[in-house]
Amino acid sequence: MAQAHTAHDGSHGSYSAYLIGFVLAVILTVASFAAVMTHALSPGMALAALTVLAVVQIIVHLVFFLHLNTSSEQSWNLMCFIFAAATVVVIIGGTLFIMHDTAINMMSR
Amino acid sequence: MLGKLSFSAIPLDVPILVGTFLGVAVIGLAVLGAVTYYGKWGYLWRDWLTTVDHKRLAVMYIILAIVMLFRGFADAIMMRTQLALAYKGNPGYLPPHHYDQVFSAHGTIMIFFMAMAFMTGLMNLVVPLQIGARDVAFPFLNSLSFYMTLVGALLINISLFIGEFAQCGWLVYPPLSEMQFSPGVGVDYYIWAVQISGVGTLLTGVNFFTTIVKMRAPGMGWMQMPVFTWTAFCTTVLIMASFPVLTVTLGLLSLDRYLGMHFFTNDAGGNVMLYLSMIWTWGHPEVYILVIPAFGVFSEVTATFSQKPLFGYKTMVYATCSIMVLSFVVWVHHFFTMGAGANVNTFFGIMTMIIAVPTGVKIFNWLFTMYKGRVEFTAPMYWTIGFMITFSIGGMTGVMLAMPAADWILHNSLFLIAHFHNVIIGGVYFGYIAGMGFWFPKAFGFKLNETWGKRAFWCWFVGFYLAFVPLYVLGLEGMTRRMNHYDNPDWYPWMLAAEAGAIVIALGIVCQLTQLYVSIRDRNLPENLDLTGDPWNGRTLEWSISSPPPAYNFAVIPDIHGLDTFHTEKQLGLKAHGKPLAPIHMPKNTSAGVFIGLFSFILGFASIWYIWWLAAIGLIGIVATMILRSANRDVDYYVPVSEIEHNEEVYSRRIAAAQAAE
Repeated sequence: MAQAHTAHDGSHGSYSAYLIGFVLAVILTVASFAAVMTHALSPGMALAALTVLAVVQIIVHLVFFLHLNTSSEQSWNLMCFIFAAATVVVIIGGTLFIMHDTAINMMSR
Repeated sequence: MLGKLSFSAIPLDVPILVGTFLGVAVIGLAVLGAVTYYGKWGYLWRDWLTTVDHKRLAVMYIILAIVMLFRGFADAIMMRTQLALAYKGNPGYLPPHHYDQVFSAHGTIMIFFMAMAFMTGLMNLVVPLQIGARDVAFPFLNSLSFYMTLVGALLINISLFIGEFAQCGWLVYPPLSEMQFSPGVGVDYYIWAVQISGVGTLLTGVNFFTTIVKMRAPGMGWMQMPVFTWTAFCTTVLIMASFPVLTVTLGLLSLDRYLGMHFFTNDAGGNVMLYLSMIWTWGHPEVYILVIPAFGVFSEVTATFSQKPLFGYKTMVYATCSIMVLSFVVWVHHFFTMGAGANVNTFFGIMTMIIAVPTGVKIFNWLFTMYKGRVEFTAPMYWTIGFMITFSIGGMTGVMLAMPAADWILHNSLFLIAHFHNVIIGGVYFGYIAGMGFWFPKAFGFKLNETWGKRAFWCWFVGFYLAFVPLYVLGLEGMTRRMNHYDNPDWYPWMLAAEAGAIVIALGIVCQLTQLYVSIRDRNLPENLDLTGDPWNGRTLEWSISSPPPAYNFAVIPDIHGLDTFHTEKQLGLKAHGKPLAPIHMPKNTSAGVFIGLFSFILGFASIWYIWWLAAIGLIGIVATMILRSANRDVDYYVPVSEIEHNEEVYSRRIAAAQAAE
């Protein structure tokens, strides 16, 4: 159609941003391995720590490597991401809620 | 070589099907013969089948929807007739195997191929015109979407004559739909028909979402968008969020059936109940996908024929958006009896009741739009008022069903059947027919006959209550759905009343056909012709151009200064534009959609019958056509200024003729 298809011109981040991202990612990865391998935490705590570290890892990747931020040229990407995340939370979270509750109520597990 | 397919798959022993086949064959041959006799194949191919024009695709969608309405209604009246007969000693005329296919096909066809096709057709016709765009964002994908829908419809109808259809309801619940209990091809027909048309729907969703976000005329902010476009927008969001869930659910079911996996089996770690949750995660947003655009139609119709701006435009938009969000957190109300605990059922029950609030806001907005307006009682307005009454009743029974305790008694009874027909006929169908009457002049340049339209309305309105109020009563008396035979003497009179209702609805359909015939016959009468392009004193941009519009819709893209700019400028007597004309960039027609549709049909049919070499040909064909299409750089052209000038001149002469006639 009549709209011109200009090349993608979103920001590609600076050298230092990539470096900060890389260092953060490495720290989070090492921390995850350490949480399990040093046996410093109980299994339940280790699982919780891994979950938190994984979520932070996702955010680091999104911000430093995929350049997702609140600037105006990224607003649609951000909105799509939030929409997708919300949908996933509703669908997967809702399904888990329902199936878990059913299993408990029917004593099928 | 031919997989499961053999001569015995053709049901020659069922006289109803043989008769239907002969009827379809005669009509089909007559149509093909007529096209050949009048030498219209080239015209059909160039101007319709390969078109990427959203207005022509809209017409094809709506024709498909009307044909599917006949098929779905034939199923409906067969069921009603069976139940009017099958009492006590009489087994009726439909054996259970056939009856089960009929009710499964009725639901599948009415939702996926009647309602969805109709909705997509209306969106195609109206959305680009309302936002001042010259086509949709991806014109080729739009053509492809249509062919995917068409192929799904073809597959489901071929199951009548080759093999069988599913016997386990319109959502093919396991374990009944698993290989163990449905070893035939019926469920496979269902899976492939729905999956292929689902691709089309998802593409439509992406396409119209992009169109509305990116292609609005300059100056049209979000809060200057016409309400129908807003509702179309919410529907596309729901499509994009929910249809992938359907694809995955049916994909898992096909893995169970084709590869012997155990997602939804009773043994080997499968969980039947997960299917219910997943299918309704799609299924509930689906009914809102259908009804939200109908709300948009009612808003446009009410405002136009009350000759007033819509009451509470902003609340209407917010209500639509809240319905969109809420529709995603209510799906458990379809299976309260499955066995979830009080926490789950209470949460989803309350959420369901909350949906009634924004819907109520809308009803009051329409009522206040009519209040102190100069209401013109045209046929679309009849459907709208009929909707407000019928849908309110349906909504109230819906809130009853939203109470888990009440649902425990009413689940799977005819009360439920009455409820959802109450909202789907009274909401969705009435809305689409109102929309068809409202925008018909835009698509074809002449109006539909009012008298026959009103007769159709009265038949549908009365027929609906006659057919479905008895089902409410029967549901409260304990009659369950999908029953083939019964012995209870209390039920018999109500079933006869429901049959009478179905016959009155049949008369309504006859009136609608007559309406089309009479309107086409009298299209050149001065009172029917739409010379100005604005037959109803409309408010939105689609009425600012000629009827039917040129392929490029707008010679000059209009500037928008607020809500209903067209109407404001018309009242102030402002000329629409004085901007110079420029060549218009337009997409070229393409046959790629036709061929991808053809190969998808081959893939689907071959997979249903386990003819794997043919399925491979279909798949390779789809990929090859896609690659060829991508390699083709000759996909657009420019409409020269001389042609635009010519069209504009014809249009001004038509307007002058209309003014002279007054």
